[in-house]
Formats: sequence, C-alpha cells, structure tokens
Amino acid sequence: MVAHARRDHPDEACGVIAGAEGSDRPERFIPMLNAARSPTFYEFDSADLLKLYREMDANDEVPVVVYHSHTATEAYPSRTDVSYASEPDAHYVLVSTRDPDTDEVRSFRIVDGEIAEEPVEIVPEYEPSANVLPE
Amino acid sequence: MAVTVSIPTILRTHTGGEKTVEASGTTLSEVIDNLDANHGGIKARLVKEGTLHRFVNVYVNDEDVRFAGGLEAAVSDGDNVTILPAVAGG
Repeated sequence: MVAHARRDHPDEACGVIAGAEGSDRPERFIPMLNAARSPTFYEFDSADLLKLYREMDANDEVPVVVYHSHTATEAYPSRTDVSYASEPDAHYVLVSTRDPDTDEVRSFRIVDGEIAEEPVEIVPEYEPSANVLPE
Repeated sequence: MAVTVSIPTILRTHTGGEKTVEASGTTLSEVIDNLDANHGGIKARLVKEGTLHRFVNVYVNDEDVRFAGGLEAAVSDGDNVTILPAVAGG
C-alpha cells in the first residue's frame, strides 16, 4: 500500500485487500486505478469496480481493507472519505505521502459517519487458518 | 419483466440480509419502485431528488446506467441489475 501510494504521488492512490468472507484477514492485494487522477480525490473507475466485486463474489471474498492515500495531509479520514464510506465491515486504511522519509499508515472503521481508529499490526505472514488442516 | 438485483452489504438491512432479490419493471426507475414496495426504504438510499445518488453505482448487466439513461435506463426480462457503493473519497 505504501509503495503504491509513493509510486502514484502526487496523485492519490487507492485499492483494496480482499480476504475470505467472515475471516477479517486481508490476503489479496489489489491496487486500483484512481479514475480521478487527482491529488485531493480518488474514485475507483466504475467498470473496474464492477469487475472487482464480481471477482470477489466469485471467490467468496470481501474487501477486508479499502485503502487510499493522502498526499499533503495526515493519514486520517477526510469529511469526503466519511461521506462515501459504505463498507461497514471494512478497515479503511489511510497512507500519507506528505513526508518522503516517513511512512504514515493508520486504520479506521467508518460506520454511520463515525470514525474509530484501530491499531495496525504488521506480521511477516499469517498463521494458517484454524479450519485449514496442514497437509 | 423479472430481473435479478444484487444488493451491496450496506443495503442488505433492507432485504433481510439477502444478497440478491427479484424485482420487476421495464426501466430502472420502475425496478427501484418495485424493490421499494417489497423492501421498504431502499429507494431513499438510491435516489435523491429524482436522480441516482452520487454515492451509488448501478449497472444493468455490465453497463453503468449513468451512460445509459440513468433512472430511465431500459431493463429487460432476465437482466441483472447490480448496485454497488462508489468507492471514493478525498
């Protein structure tokens, strides 16, 4: 996510990390095109959005993480972010690229217009799921 | 004219948790009215002042209705109508 955000700077970058429905585990990183190509706004292209959701549906996945970058401000949801937020089960991850030397990554739930920050834990890999037996 | 409508997570409170529901109509507007008759309150989440809310994308089969007449987009028997929240922000 940070690499994508750095690459697209000074425009905002966006994407999702999909995971199995109900797992709350982000596993499949899907960078998306910012159709707005703007330093202050992002929007998934409408055809890409349909394709993405069809693909996730076919895989029984949901967008566990929805991420985007802020290019000049802190990694905190803007009013516009809150007004558009419509995945109550998603973790909204914000990356700020305002400082080239400092990575800022924060995660939030946005439900019914309320922002709740949550801790981000970075792990080298996930433990195998409890319901998947090792071979 | 029966169509299948895919409902996004955020609107499933109106459909008792169902991901897809059946509806009827010959235009998107009629389909939404028919949806609202069976799933009260859903129209207000989709339509504002006579046009589609900017926070939602609606597709008839693969086509975004914004490019196909909006609420007046034609719908045929067996079509799939997909409702998705726009993923956007600032």
